[in-house]
Amino acid sequence: MLTKEQIAQRIAQELQDGWYVNLGIGIPTLVANYIPEGIEVEFQSENGILGMGPFPTEDEVDADLINAGKQTITALPGASFFDSATSFAMIRGQHVQLTVLGAMEVAENGDIANWKIPGKMVKGMGGAMDLVASADNIIVAMMHTNKRGESKLLKKCTLPLTGVNCVKKIVTNLAVLEVLPEGGFKLIERAPGVSVEEIQKATEGKLIIEGEIPEMKF
Amino acid sequence: MNKVVKDAHEACKDIQDGMTIMLGGFGLCGIPENSIAELVEKEVTGLTCISNNAGVDDFGLGLLLKKHQIKKMVSSYVGENDEFERQMLSGELEVDLIPQGSLAERCRAGGAGIPAFFTPAGYGTEVAEGKEVREFNGKPHILETALTADFAIVKAWKGDTEGNLIYKATARNFNPLMAMAGKITIAEVEELVPAGELDPNEIHTPGIFVQRIFQGKDYEKRIEKKTIRKD
Repeated sequence: MLTKEQIAQRIAQELQDGWYVNLGIGIPTLVANYIPEGIEVEFQSENGILGMGPFPTEDEVDADLINAGKQTITALPGASFFDSATSFAMIRGQHVQLTVLGAMEVAENGDIANWKIPGKMVKGMGGAMDLVASADNIIVAMMHTNKRGESKLLKKCTLPLTGVNCVKKIVTNLAVLEVLPEGGFKLIERAPGVSVEEIQKATEGKLIIEGEIPEMKF
Repeated sequence: MNKVVKDAHEACKDIQDGMTIMLGGFGLCGIPENSIAELVEKEVTGLTCISNNAGVDDFGLGLLLKKHQIKKMVSSYVGENDEFERQMLSGELEVDLIPQGSLAERCRAGGAGIPAFFTPAGYGTEVAEGKEVREFNGKPHILETALTADFAIVKAWKGDTEGNLIYKATARNFNPLMAMAGKITIAEVEELVPAGELDPNEIHTPGIFVQRIFQGKDYEKRIEKKTIRKD
């Protein structure tokens, strides 16, 4: 089973040279720590920065320089700042090549739910609806099951949706899966030491298994 | 043309109960601290506030929420504020949650004379309920309408007596868009200089969008999540 850091590390293997990438809050943020050697990507944060750098040292902290998770950050050489409409023009206009975000539920048709639990938790969607509606390439980073052990990969989402038919790939603590255009989670890789049966058991939606499923490599 | 006012008290003098107000900022970054403090002091109520976030319990718009001065919030993300969540779930506070990019574009459209636009964001979700859907290039989009306000209150780094504004780093966020969409726009700045001192090449918000400007004081610039690199 993968740790959160390993999920981020596996997603980082998907990065391609020259890409602009938007990372969501939580596990997705960790992806920036594992950029493969020889690959240069630039991180966009939707509150208005391109070329986001690492967290600051104590001396570098600037209240006017934060990421979309409200954390203090730094700006790399070549960075730029812009207003929120320009930021979402980059996103909606498909100038950002990859979006990585978390989810509470994903359905076998690519629907995603990650912003609201009716009557209980309502924090708002932030930029998630704009991101999932527009991005060509969306990877979801999440645990395969919730705290009660129930699958988060479902036939149909039960929570209010963030977007429809949009998720292409999912990396969980158990597996890498692709969402097929005709529906279904195609099993691509297993986490080290995790069996196909365990993944099947943790997946409520339709799981498609073809041939030998390799283990992830790090 | 004299746009300079003494302070937040003078700038906000005709803000009245029941008005719609846009407030710039993302989280606590780039919020008009002086004007928010003045609204609390003034005890105006029944406000509709359009702002990406709702502050935290004891800062930013949280200060207005605590005193029940806000009737309705129009925002994209309202986590980090327990009092907000309590008022919303109990029905005391009306809340309109809007995707962040749509909120930004709706403010921009309001200021730019565009009454509505189509966006893919929110299609197939509860955000789309009751909205016109149209397909462009084989993809469904929903109709979102422009937003304007009686007052827009923004915060900039530097400004001049003509109302020209320059923002700093990610404190820019919604400020330039809201500045365009207020019937009256109030700008509070950290440094107010005479016209001619700012380089016209570097102005973010041209003064035409700003009706009142003042140099703010005692900026706390509270950080929500101070995160430090360990090395």
